[in-house]
Amino acid sequence: MAYALSEPRTAPGTTSGRTGKVRRSFLLRLAFLVPVVVHTAVFFLYPLARNLLLSFQDYGIRSVYSGDAPWNGLANYRRLFDDPVFHKTLGNTLVFVVVSLLAQFVIGLGLAEFFRRSFPLGGVLRSLLLVPWLLPLVVAGTVFRWMLDTSNGVVNQVLLALRLVDDPVPWLNDPGYAMAGVLLCNIWIGVPFNMVILHGGLQAIPGALYEAAALDGAGPVARFRYITLPQLRPVIGVVLTLGLVYTLKVFDVIWVMTKGGPANATQTVTTYGYQLSFGGLSQFGLGAAAGNLLIVVATAFALLYLRSMRAEDHTAPGRK
Amino acid sequence: MTTLTGRRSPVRTVLALLIVAVMLFPLYWMVNASFQTNEQLARRSALWFPLGGTLHGYRDAFAQQGGHLLASLVVALGATALTLLIAAPAAYALALLRAPGGKGLLSVLLVVQLVPGIVMANALYEIFGPAHLLDSAFALILADSTLAVPFAVLVLRAFMTSVPGELVEAAALDGAGAVRTFVTIVLPMARNALVTAGLFTFLFAWGDFMFATTLTPDSGTWQPITVGLYDYIGAGTNTTSWNSVMATAVIASLPAAVLLVVAQRHVAAGLTSGAVKD
Repeated sequence: MAYALSEPRTAPGTTSGRTGKVRRSFLLRLAFLVPVVVHTAVFFLYPLARNLLLSFQDYGIRSVYSGDAPWNGLANYRRLFDDPVFHKTLGNTLVFVVVSLLAQFVIGLGLAEFFRRSFPLGGVLRSLLLVPWLLPLVVAGTVFRWMLDTSNGVVNQVLLALRLVDDPVPWLNDPGYAMAGVLLCNIWIGVPFNMVILHGGLQAIPGALYEAAALDGAGPVARFRYITLPQLRPVIGVVLTLGLVYTLKVFDVIWVMTKGGPANATQTVTTYGYQLSFGGLSQFGLGAAAGNLLIVVATAFALLYLRSMRAEDHTAPGRK
Repeated sequence: MTTLTGRRSPVRTVLALLIVAVMLFPLYWMVNASFQTNEQLARRSALWFPLGGTLHGYRDAFAQQGGHLLASLVVALGATALTLLIAAPAAYALALLRAPGGKGLLSVLLVVQLVPGIVMANALYEIFGPAHLLDSAFALILADSTLAVPFAVLVLRAFMTSVPGELVEAAALDGAGAVRTFVTIVLPMARNALVTAGLFTFLFAWGDFMFATTLTPDSGTWQPITVGLYDYIGAGTNTTSWNSVMATAVIASLPAAVLLVVAQRHVAAGLTSGAVKD
């Protein structure tokens, strides 16, 4: 990766083969990895495999008690794709992810640009902006639920006082507004992450580039377009890919604010998957299928990103 | 660059203060509400300052949520200890020992981070149930560590790769084995990284809601504060006493606030090194 973690690679010429390095026995070196390998295998890979199998089984409330879950092939996936609620869920997820990513990125980049220059208190104030990201998501959801409350929420009170609306807006109780409500909270949470990563990327751009451009008469817009954006590209890729992966999984915020309602207006694949499994009907097979679809989407985008990075690595001069 | 706009005018600072005020307003609003009485909170016009406030919210919060707070503390500390115990040797092997299969393991750890919590919760519930592990601190510690270990390995590895190889070699020449080198040289040098990874693991486990709500289905001793807070607002939709809810929210936010003060400089570094990999 082009920034932040410049890996101190061994000097060119000494990279290949054993470089007179400490020669440890094969087994000893392996021993340090045993805990993580065992842990990952037992508590991650096994559950993952179990979840995959589960998605091909009719695992309902009866199975929970009897332990008996007949195989049903692709029936779970078929049922999901025939389910009108799931269709709605897919649309909601798309809106939730795209709007969250765009807003978080634009605001994050704006803040990163703003805090780029050093000024009195700049560092402290920038770190303060991190708090929303470190907060438990349940807390963030709770606070926004309180602020968006129809009758006592501060948002409505301000809107009414400014005469921007005539009646209180039922932010979380009306299917027409609920998505905006949960988006507001999710964007607020995601901005600090974007800001920090983009700020790091901006710091790594050599100032000489801007000086040269300024001498050539490039204005701020041109400098942003022809220097900042291209130089920042790898970092933008990281931010958007990770943002996408994280946003796909968002559960706490939506669940605390609306439980996916009203009328499934804020139901995403994640909350729906949770509801299928744990919402009382114990449809673990269906829940597993929904979860697996999420993994496929997340992995696809991550691979796409890694591929584009690799392609860039090969073309970039001076990098190996 | 600096010469163009280098005048030390306070304009930027004032603007930045404004930005911070807007961005952190929800936090102020939470604290503000936590000190008001429920009658004040029910009024149509908001009180912008908790004048004539009350500590009732906090008294209720501690009385009703004390057990949940304790559960969160145990789970978060347990998850942090387990995570570091597993992640530190792995990071050492990946960064300095050129362990066989390291590349493959690294890819697995990266992929782990793509898996949504809902998938893990689904499977772990189904595995822990028959194993009689549900509703235990152990279940949550294990579940939280599944997602924290990969992150910790990546953070620690990133720091450890910057440990000069000569140091490790010198130790070997002096006759120190891999274990002694690890304990006496690498770990002390990676202290900051351990703190960073530990704090993030703690925060993650402390804030976890997905595992908490699925793996402690019976409202027993081990439900963490996130579930306590959720039940607070979930139970009685309109009759909630918002001041104790907000007081609980404030208390649940304290670890984040403490982390920011104590480890301010490491937070950004940890964020980037865990998020960005090579």
